[in-house]
Amino acid sequence: MPDTTNTFDSSHTMHVDDDYDDAAGYYVDGDPIADTKAPQGPLEERWDTRQFEARIANPANRRRLSVIVVGTGLAGAAAAATLGEAGYVVKSFCYQDSPRRAHSIAAQGGINAAKNYKGDGDSVFRLFYDTIKGGDYRARESNVYRLAQVSRNIIDQCVAQGVPFAREYGGLLDNRSFGGVQVSRTFYARGQTGQQLLIGAYQALERQVAAGTVKCYSRHEMVELIVVDGRARGIIVRDLVTGEIETYFADVVVLANGGYGNVFFLSTNAMGSNVTASWRAHRKGALMANPCYTQIHPTCIPVSGSHQSKLTLMSESLRNDGRIWVPKKKADCEKNPRDIPEEDRDYYLERIYPAFGNLVPRDIASRQAKNMCDEGRGVGPEVDGVRRGVYLDFADAMERLGHDAIAEKYGNLFDMYARITGEDPYTTPMRIYPAVHYVMGGLWVDYDLQSTIPGLFVTGEANFSDHGANRLGASALMQGLADGYFVLPNTIRDYLAEGPFDKVAEDDPAVVEAQQSVQAQIDKFMNTNGTRSVDSYHRELGNIMWEYCGMERTADGLKKAIDLIRSLRDDFWRNVKVLGSAETMNQSLERAGRVADFFELGELMCIDALNRRESCGGHFRGESQTDEGEALRHDGKYAYVAAWEWTGLDEKPVLHKENLEYEFVEMKQRSYK
Amino acid sequence: MKLTLNIWRQADSASPGKIHNYELDEVSEDMSFLEMLDVLNEELNAKGEEPIAFDSDCREGICGMCGLMINGEAHGPEVTTTCQLHMRSFKDGDSITVEPWRADAFPVVKDLVVDRGALDRIIAQGGYISVNTGAAPDAHATPVPKDKADRAFEAAACIGCGACVAACPNGSASLFLGAKITHLGELPQGQAERDSRVVNMVGQHDHEGFGGCTNIGECTAACPKEIPLDVISRLNWDLHAALRHGK
Ligand SMILES: Cc1cc2nc3c(=O)[nH]c(=O)nc-3n(C[C@H](O)[C@H](O)[C@H](O)COP(=O)(O)OP(=O)(O)OC[C@H]3O[C@@H](n4cnc5c(N)ncnc54)[C@H](O)[C@@H]3O)c2cc1C
Ligand code: SF4
Ligand code: FES
Repeated sequence: MPDTTNTFDSSHTMHVDDDYDDAAGYYVDGDPIADTKAPQGPLEERWDTRQFEARIANPANRRRLSVIVVGTGLAGAAAAATLGEAGYVVKSFCYQDSPRRAHSIAAQGGINAAKNYKGDGDSVFRLFYDTIKGGDYRARESNVYRLAQVSRNIIDQCVAQGVPFAREYGGLLDNRSFGGVQVSRTFYARGQTGQQLLIGAYQALERQVAAGTVKCYSRHEMVELIVVDGRARGIIVRDLVTGEIETYFADVVVLANGGYGNVFFLSTNAMGSNVTASWRAHRKGALMANPCYTQIHPTCIPVSGSHQSKLTLMSESLRNDGRIWVPKKKADCEKNPRDIPEEDRDYYLERIYPAFGNLVPRDIASRQAKNMCDEGRGVGPEVDGVRRGVYLDFADAMERLGHDAIAEKYGNLFDMYARITGEDPYTTPMRIYPAVHYVMGGLWVDYDLQSTIPGLFVTGEANFSDHGANRLGASALMQGLADGYFVLPNTIRDYLAEGPFDKVAEDDPAVVEAQQSVQAQIDKFMNTNGTRSVDSYHRELGNIMWEYCGMERTADGLKKAIDLIRSLRDDFWRNVKVLGSAETMNQSLERAGRVADFFELGELMCIDALNRRESCGGHFRGESQTDEGEALRHDGKYAYVAAWEWTGLDEKPVLHKENLEYEFVEMKQRSYK
Repeated sequence: MKLTLNIWRQADSASPGKIHNYELDEVSEDMSFLEMLDVLNEELNAKGEEPIAFDSDCREGICGMCGLMINGEAHGPEVTTTCQLHMRSFKDGDSITVEPWRADAFPVVKDLVVDRGALDRIIAQGGYISVNTGAAPDAHATPVPKDKADRAFEAAACIGCGACVAACPNGSASLFLGAKITHLGELPQGQAERDSRVVNMVGQHDHEGFGGCTNIGECTAACPKEIPLDVISRLNWDLHAALRHGK
């Protein structure tokens, strides 16, 4: 892609030397990679073409074809239920005590779909275009177009299942506008959209359990992937109740294990969210794509002390009526905000971005909050010597709309805030701060959602496919359900049509090796008898990641982080303390395994961020910004997907680049001034 | 603040359990109840004592994974989940007793962790609308009156935590069951299977060893999502109707 499509005038920006490579020495260049499954031709016909060309497994044969699905979030539960309905033999795994508790349940805001029920000019193409643009031109056109097409079927499916979406008085579905787009295409169920969608998928899954097509294994954690003769053929799991290590085989394995934001320790993810299933697959040959693309959400409740275990998101919709500010003077930061007069307040988003004000995109709002706190103008309690919070003030809105209107709109959120902080947002401005929320990176998949290991498919947040360098609000739920209900079931059949594959022998060397390595790691944890808890390591790793691979990344910082991570990892393996027994429920042992994988992932994220000396979407490199401090992409050099190959611990990963071609949209530099 | 914690410890489902006492200093009121237990666990770990097992995942009050009996109250003194309970609801010097859910249908797995698989098995017996993927008509084909949609939503807000069961002297899951019957029964899409759904789900409920409902109302008082008691009336109504229809 020539740089000329970049409409930004680059004359006044930092010069990027074409040969320059910050990450030189940290990785090895590999062959380019291409998505061989994406059909060519008119954009709107590609998905139909692929569905038609994908082979269909003979219905009579399906009872002999088995599928393992790891994960019961939207992406996993929808896939398992649909494959069960189609007649395959499905085994479904999750680490929680019930499939209904997957972290999709926590999504609040809504789900996008190009239904154009509002008649406001929405269309499949517009949703496609918004998603490509929102992803800062780092996603594939074919995938994103399909996502937008399928979005419409999702709503139909969910309504038929009984998902109680918000409705208007006429009985039709209500929509709202979300995340700064110009159309109202977001379907919602109060502030609990993820819950309602997941319950729908969970119920469909339980229906198949009763029908005998799906068997659910709750409190079972996948700890290894089994690859035999080049194909994914099974998984090893630890039964979290008995501690038993069990092996399950199938003709195909689907990973739907969610995102890995917990590499930062503090995030809006669930306590148990982890990367282990993906990372084990990565170590067995699946490429990991764009691992550094992280979305940081600007409106979360700030850290209140060193006991903090997770961060809570406050819906983005608050920015529609709340005004964000910090004191102009550092001396005012300790004061009661109501005592700070108007002229001493800095409504910095309104000041810097007069056109968009408080509604600038997530990454800009996040980075500016950090800048204010770094300048020493943050508010709230000091944690580790810094005040990390900014005000989100509803005083104006209360005056304009009245208390009741605000309570009607945001009552639930205000209550939740009050419960957590002990402060009343109706009378005192809220304090907010950015937190890690979502990862766009994940296992590399082709158009069929198949990874680089044949027979290993990846859906939902665990894959990298559709959001490029940044995800639009309300689009993760859409992608999870698109993958699970409509895409995967139609592509996996092409692979399964080759099956059933030969039965894997229990004593196959690949199986034995996998079992032994799992056991060896557990033994190692139980016998280390060190002095530090797993959580203390996780917290420290998280701090490193947040400091150097968080909202703003620089070459120096990332290199420092890599060194810090490596030495912390060494210390972890020598000095971690896991008590109790491996033969019963042991939550420290569970966490130890997850943290071990986070160390390796964290290092790769830093290398990926180091390699990408441009700012795009959720990835901001200090070295690549305009004179005004805005993100600056370099399409000539970085319009690729970075797909990393594992080569061994302390070995350099190999970088395979997938070139991104834009046939239908023109790449533009964004501007929110 | 300083607290005395009396916490149920049990090695596994086969072993007997008992209350252990712990002292914890420097508890901040900004901690959630579970963060307080995290801090205690770090101390235990440092002392070489195995940390206390307890369940939690989202820590936002929505996944339903957490759930403790705190001084005899399911989820503690506030109308919320255990993970959303904060230490400002307690005061310096308090003595707090923490136990797992107690119910025949919820065997203890370890310490404060119980097995709630029975709730999934109830759903499997009919807590759904049978529609295969891809077979759905356009979402606007069937309008749903707003009041019905809202009522369905209110019942669908159940998080499956099991507090209602733990709070009920009979160990009944009627509130949980009634919530699902109401959610699906309010919607036009849910009508076709209304009779068989209630009969099969109630059958599974009883089979799992949950007790019967005698209208005490402790369930709804303990429910963090404030599921109203009248979902149980709805359950009974539907059950009688189904039996009348000869299901
Ligand atoms: C607080 C919050 C609010 C959000 N709000 C929105 C929103 O309004 N709109 C939107 O579109 N998106 C939103 N998102 C993002 C969206 O919710 C997620 O990206 C999406 O739900 C992920 O779904 P998933 O199915 O891929 O994974 P998850 O729902 O995270 O499920 C992962 C599953 O994998 C299982 N698992 C993981 N590891 C293992 C293992 N090793 N072994 C066995 N099982 C394993 C888990 O048990 C779980 O069942 C939000 C996210 C958060 C955190
Ligand atoms: S009805 Fe209430 S208490 Fe019972 S499981 Fe549902 S949310 Fe929990
Ligand atoms: S941990 Fe999810 S509801 Fe408490």
